[in-house]
Amino acid sequence: MTVGIVVFPGSNCDRDVRWALEGCLGIPTRFLWHEERDLGGLDAVVLPGGFSYGDYLRCGAIARFAPVLEEVCSFAAAGGPVLGICNGFQVLTELGLLPGALTRNRDLHFLCQPQPLRVSPGPCTWLRSYGDEEAITLPIAHGEGRFQIDPQGLAELEDRHQVVLRYGDNPNGSVGDVAGLCNARGNVLGLMPHPERACDPATGGLDGRRLLASVLG
Amino acid sequence: MPVPLYQARVLVSLRPSVLDPAGEATRAAAARLGIEGVRRLRIGKAIEVELEAPDPAAARERLERLGDRLLANPVIEDWRLELQDGSEEGR
Repeated sequence: MTVGIVVFPGSNCDRDVRWALEGCLGIPTRFLWHEERDLGGLDAVVLPGGFSYGDYLRCGAIARFAPVLEEVCSFAAAGGPVLGICNGFQVLTELGLLPGALTRNRDLHFLCQPQPLRVSPGPCTWLRSYGDEEAITLPIAHGEGRFQIDPQGLAELEDRHQVVLRYGDNPNGSVGDVAGLCNARGNVLGLMPHPERACDPATGGLDGRRLLASVLG
Repeated sequence: MPVPLYQARVLVSLRPSVLDPAGEATRAAAARLGIEGVRRLRIGKAIEVELEAPDPAAARERLERLGDRLLANPVIEDWRLELQDGSEEGR
């Protein structure tokens, strides 16, 4: 069991994800530099938060062309579990593995706070150990987390139960209160909140542990 | 013979249905500056490109792919191409 953690120039939560997986949960990890193409032996891949390539042009727009992501797309297409956190979520939408886009927060603030959320696991393998409509709290830390999609696109996501994480008291203006969504198959999850920052009793809540521990099956 | 060099500008704007908080904040600042009557202010990007291509048709084709696939995100943005021969195209 090894989890790959993609490292772009500008990623800054890669070591947090490693600490959560290895230090808190005892799950081995391997860093994947953005130019790498070898995903051999990996059981899951995490795209961490940060500012990939400086978030130039748009968040995640340049990262989308990183060589490692071609392999991540093949990995996801084969059913491999892929998790995009914050900037990783933005990259997944730019890449087209998840629909919609993340735009500037409604009130312009960079939000850094504990955030109440509601989970509806649907088909999402990453969230299978959470109850339907379970209330949890995870930290958020983003300036561009306002999920945007046209009404028809949102309706399709709702029909397929792909909106798996919603804000209570929507902090950023996301349509449908979307905080996280998965693909139809359920193996790709993108979310703005940081589960890796809610795994260590030393730093507060533990609501992120079950999400990351789901890779253990 | 040298390959012709084309000058172009790609104008990227947020789709009308997409909220522009930065534009709204700037509009509010205009009022504080004492400039009244600014009803609408939307912030986009102007991207200046110099491109080598064998002919204008090839230049246009490359710039359109650039706009579609990289410079704009069609989920939230529209874009428009200005090629220096004076013609305009986009969507």
